[in-house]
Amino acid sequence: MSQPVTFVERADRLLGTPEAAAVDRGARHMTSQRQAAMGELGWAQELRDRVRQVRLHSLSHLDRLLAVFADRAEEAGASVHFAGDAAEANEIVSGILVRAAARRVVKGKSMLSEEIGLNEHLAAAGVEVTETDLGEYIAQLAGDTPSHIIAPVLHMTRQEIGRLFADKLGVPYTDDPVELNTIARSALRDVFLSADAGITGVNLAVAETGSVIVVTNEGNGRFSSTAPRVHIALMGMERIVPDWPSASLVLESLARSATGQRLSVYTNVITGPRRADDPDGPEEVHVVVVDNGRSSVLAGDTAEILACIRCGACLNVCPVFRTVGGHGYGTVYSGPVGAVLTPSLHGLDPWADLPYASTLCGACEEVCPVGIRIPEMLLELRRMAAERGHLPGWIDRGVRTYTRIASSPRRWGRARRLARLLTRPLAHGGWIRRLPGPGAGWTRHRDLREPAKVSFTEWWGRHGA
Amino acid sequence: MRVHFMPTCLVDVLTPHVGEAAVDVLESAGCEVVVPAGQTCCGQPAMNVGMVEEARQMAERTIEVFSGSDDPVVLPSGSCAEMLTHHYPRLFAGTEHEEAATRLAGRTRELTRFLVTDLDAPVRATSEGTVAYQYSCHGLRGLGLAGCADRLLEDVERADFDGMECCGFGGLFSVAMPDVSAAILEAKLDRLEASGADVLASGDVSCLMHLEGGLRRRGSAIEVRHIAELLAPEDDE
Repeated sequence: MSQPVTFVERADRLLGTPEAAAVDRGARHMTSQRQAAMGELGWAQELRDRVRQVRLHSLSHLDRLLAVFADRAEEAGASVHFAGDAAEANEIVSGILVRAAARRVVKGKSMLSEEIGLNEHLAAAGVEVTETDLGEYIAQLAGDTPSHIIAPVLHMTRQEIGRLFADKLGVPYTDDPVELNTIARSALRDVFLSADAGITGVNLAVAETGSVIVVTNEGNGRFSSTAPRVHIALMGMERIVPDWPSASLVLESLARSATGQRLSVYTNVITGPRRADDPDGPEEVHVVVVDNGRSSVLAGDTAEILACIRCGACLNVCPVFRTVGGHGYGTVYSGPVGAVLTPSLHGLDPWADLPYASTLCGACEEVCPVGIRIPEMLLELRRMAAERGHLPGWIDRGVRTYTRIASSPRRWGRARRLARLLTRPLAHGGWIRRLPGPGAGWTRHRDLREPAKVSFTEWWGRHGA
Repeated sequence: MRVHFMPTCLVDVLTPHVGEAAVDVLESAGCEVVVPAGQTCCGQPAMNVGMVEEARQMAERTIEVFSGSDDPVVLPSGSCAEMLTHHYPRLFAGTEHEEAATRLAGRTRELTRFLVTDLDAPVRATSEGTVAYQYSCHGLRGLGLAGCADRLLEDVERADFDGMECCGFGGLFSVAMPDVSAAILEAKLDRLEASGADVLASGDVSCLMHLEGGLRRRGSAIEVRHIAELLAPEDDE
């Protein structure tokens, strides 16, 4: 089956579907949860300013912080690996697993592992990977991809999940969320206990102590990082903060922004492997720090997007995300942050249309707990896309022609009269129901006023005189 | 007080009655209205798609047209006002036009902002039916205009309607991704009709063009008005 390659093609398959309706419901629910949690805080604006400071400061000292982090983490007994790109990161992970003779792996939610295609790589290497985040587990069972960075199966209804479980796990159908949870929990427990290695993402790394922080609500992150012999933490190189006061500010903001919680149910801090007097924990801890395009983003005009703490709040408020859903964006990072991050990380080819999948309404920037200027960066990416010839020809030619017309009041007046003349036969009672060419998309859904008989300029000529 | 009026391209061509209403409001508030000749478009459509050079050309013209005085420049459109206020200074940063762009940005007032902050709200909107107000994103988030509209609408009955959520217009987005834009619009219009509003109003003609086009296609009885039309003296109809 051919994969749709443009946002519009993907959106066409999603608009008006039950999947899109589920996204809209879920996103609105998450937005109101967030509003409540931020509303009770009393210092939300100050928190936002301070989180922004922390994140921007961290980005501007990234090299030093990563060096300190690596030293401290290794002092604590962890191994730190640096990967330049996806292939290198995948090789490092499979190398660790081969050396540890690990065949069965549990994975806690890691968007980065989706970004680098780790599951496919490990499957090819004969390693069996089970997702342990409930949403990711459901997506894996369904052969689907996550559509939201916080709520991976926001696009599915509980009835769909009930049918999936009945089909794949051989359990009686139920659409009761608590029962569904129990089914997944018992299916996963055996996998956890027999796993040789656990892979998790990293929400934050703290340079001063060489610690990584993994935030989850289901305990799967803690289970994945403590039960198996080997723990591998996959970390985007920008996930770092200098110290614990900084980390606590980000954590305060993250849970409230993401799910409307004061704090996530589990905030795991991992500093090296099991020590002699620890009752449990892994024998080996590896932190794989992945670049995969990030250092070039850091040097470019969209560097600020790396300050993102992956809360997903911008997805939930975005009118385009709510209407189309995460699968419209074609990669693991969807919504406004994805529309900036994906083309920044992986290039405008073939992602040049993502920055255009936005009304520039600004709800994303308004809600962002880091105050990231997303609309400004979308415009910056549009500028680059236009410069490098990614605009559809009719837009490019249309705007050039329009600019020529608008550069001369005389041409403007003539073009206005010509437009009225040309649309005359199409108009009924002052309204056009059908336009040809590029305007056809507009009139497929909406009427358009015909150009007025007397323009404002002409009216003013008489009024002012 | 003398003001320079910028009708904007859409008002000039498609909805001159909005410009006329705005002029009426300003004149009845005691302003002397000047409409400098030679106006066309502020360049926002080009800016919106990333064609910065073209945007700059149109911006340069606009700056030139208004360069003759220090009077406030009043526009009946939040998004065009935002273009002049925020994008012009950036478009010309580090060039010979930077100072002129910044000066024009400082003079720029969206109509409701001008009426409320420069004139202390000399007029109030009137309407026989309940009004749903669409704040329009660039005015709302870019210029912080919500309070100005609310003040001017104090005397009318407001429908329970979330006017802070985007209508899906998005400039050329509405033509380049028309089905996505229309899906956002349809959901918005469903909520509008459910609100029981008699009138839909906004301070932005572009969003209204999109919303009104959708309402007409539905055959809805909800009337569409620019806020200037609700503020204009009675004899205007």
